[in-house]
Amino acid sequence: MIQDELSKLRLKLIAITLAFSFIPLFSLGLGLYNRFYETYLDKVYESLSNLVENKKVTIDLYLSERVAQLSNLALTESYQDLSKEAYLEHIFGVLQMHSKSFLDLQVIDQNGICTAYVGPYQLKGIDYSREEWFHKVMARGIHVSDVFLGFRKYPHFNIAVSRREGDKTWVLRAAIDSDIFDSLVRSIHLGKTGDAFILASDHVLQTKPRFGHAMFDTLDFPNVPRFSGTRVESLAIEGQTSLYAMTWLNHKDWLLVVKDDPREEMLPIMRARWLLILLLAGGTLLIVGGAVWVAGGTVKALVRAEREKAALDASLTQSSKMAALGKLAAGVAHEVNNPLAIIMEKAGWMRDLLSEEDIKASPNFQEFEDAVSKIEFHVRRAKDVTHRLLGFARRMEPTQEDLDVNLLLDQTRSFLENEASFRGITFISDYQKDLPRIESDASQLQQVFLNIMDNAIDAIDKNGTITVATCHLPDTGEVDIAISDTGKGMTKEAQEKIFDPFFTTKKVGEGTGLGLTISYSIVEKLGGHIHVTSEEGKGTTFHITLPIAP
Amino acid sequence: MGLRVLAVDDEADFIETLVKRFTYRQIPVTAAASGPEALARLDAEPFDVVILDMRMPGMDGLAVLREIKKRHPLVEVIILTGHASVEAGMQGMSLGAYDYVLKPVDFGELLEKAKKAHERKQLNEARSRQA
Repeated sequence: MIQDELSKLRLKLIAITLAFSFIPLFSLGLGLYNRFYETYLDKVYESLSNLVENKKVTIDLYLSERVAQLSNLALTESYQDLSKEAYLEHIFGVLQMHSKSFLDLQVIDQNGICTAYVGPYQLKGIDYSREEWFHKVMARGIHVSDVFLGFRKYPHFNIAVSRREGDKTWVLRAAIDSDIFDSLVRSIHLGKTGDAFILASDHVLQTKPRFGHAMFDTLDFPNVPRFSGTRVESLAIEGQTSLYAMTWLNHKDWLLVVKDDPREEMLPIMRARWLLILLLAGGTLLIVGGAVWVAGGTVKALVRAEREKAALDASLTQSSKMAALGKLAAGVAHEVNNPLAIIMEKAGWMRDLLSEEDIKASPNFQEFEDAVSKIEFHVRRAKDVTHRLLGFARRMEPTQEDLDVNLLLDQTRSFLENEASFRGITFISDYQKDLPRIESDASQLQQVFLNIMDNAIDAIDKNGTITVATCHLPDTGEVDIAISDTGKGMTKEAQEKIFDPFFTTKKVGEGTGLGLTISYSIVEKLGGHIHVTSEEGKGTTFHITLPIAP
Repeated sequence: MGLRVLAVDDEADFIETLVKRFTYRQIPVTAAASGPEALARLDAEPFDVVILDMRMPGMDGLAVLREIKKRHPLVEVIILTGHASVEAGMQGMSLGAYDYVLKPVDFGELLEKAKKAHERKQLNEARSRQA
């Protein structure tokens, strides 16, 4: 019952401790982690976004410079001048002085025929009138093509500008080495698996990415409508989730993409997560251990307090019980003694009368004589009981003498040795040699020892040992006397009643059930304590503790 | 001079039987049922030994004993007690009683004590006469 409640209390204590420790620990840990995660993610996105923005500016600047160069040229020079190849060559030379990326330069008339060409290929006379770009440049004035291999078998793109001169429109077109993009794009400082590339509107790669694809491959990229600024998204492309920072170029419908491996970017977060898990696990272990320890300690202290209280209660109950019983016994003894005295006297008187001559002659004389004897005998028996009761209840001042407990025990033992050896019982002495002498009442103590040893002999009946041990208890300044037998022992119920008056396990007429009651009151009166421990079938031990000085 | 006994007890049956048994043995004995009656008897005639019960209604044995010792210091008193108080017995002894006997008492023992008390009284009387 109590064990159940205690283990429940223990669990409750552990649960409460855990709850109040874990809730703050986990909310703090997870809260901080989330905060850190968000902040870090923002930072990663922002840096990617900045990176792509910067590149965009660079590439746009490059493109706009090239377009501006060509436009300026077209606006400042006339078709007449430029269609002369020598002059064109001169102009091309000037252009190349500023930028090596110009591969060639050609002038195309309004019918789409190349009228002048400077560059490594023979393109003069080619008819572009059916090309789409030609129509676009004629209509819009500027056209920037996607990157392609073309006749040149070399990745490049064209910038074409048209000029209206009088009623004629002519086109100045330059091929530009697209390697420059590769270097521009790739110069982005990226992690191990990071990548950067330019995608045309039809998802054809315009630069060679570091991994996986070649130039002009069509990438399985989601359709991204044109937007301004930059955008960072986590996309799953070709079965691989990465972070993609994207921006549209201003001068061309090209999408600049910077790809980064989230795992690499998130490494510090992963580290933080592991650290958090480690800390939480460690904290959990500590808290669980602490909670169990604290709860265990609390419950242990409670159990100890409970036990002490129970022991105190038991001893208080016992002494108040004995005091009440003492009063009761004295009252009963007194009330019984008076009638007993009268019976005794009456019987005595009858005996007196029976001694007269004439009654002696009566035929029933013997019967009268016997009856009187029996009455006297049983009155004496009753008297024994009442006198013992009075002995238990009386409050005679015990005498104080300086005595050696070991010696007293030996003397007491000697009274019983005959009977003991007759029954095959041996006495074993386990005395502390330097036991301090005590101040007490020798004859009363002897009565107690005799009583307990006598009981021990009865408990053993035949063949066994009685061990008498003494020791000094320096903590309490007491002497402990333990008298153990190897007898039949007794039940818990019997142990509780053992000191009660008239409690006896002996046959009717053999014991009065007052011996231990009197022993108890004697020991208490001498300032000591007596208690019993017993196990059924194994034996019984009586402990008597006596103060060295009262 | 023979032994003269005054028996004091409130138990009529007890005292009656006691009187019969002393008388049977040719010892003159007078019964008193209470303390004041006993004192009155003592004032009226001389006694050697008083057998005095401790617990009586009204005046109890100890008070009677004190009074007897005050008025008749040479009279010996044997205390009879049915009570738990060996203590009372001891107290009685310290007040000058000759002995105390626990009820129920063996008549022979009581008689023996009465005789011894009488002897002591005679001794004391002889001593006081010499003085």
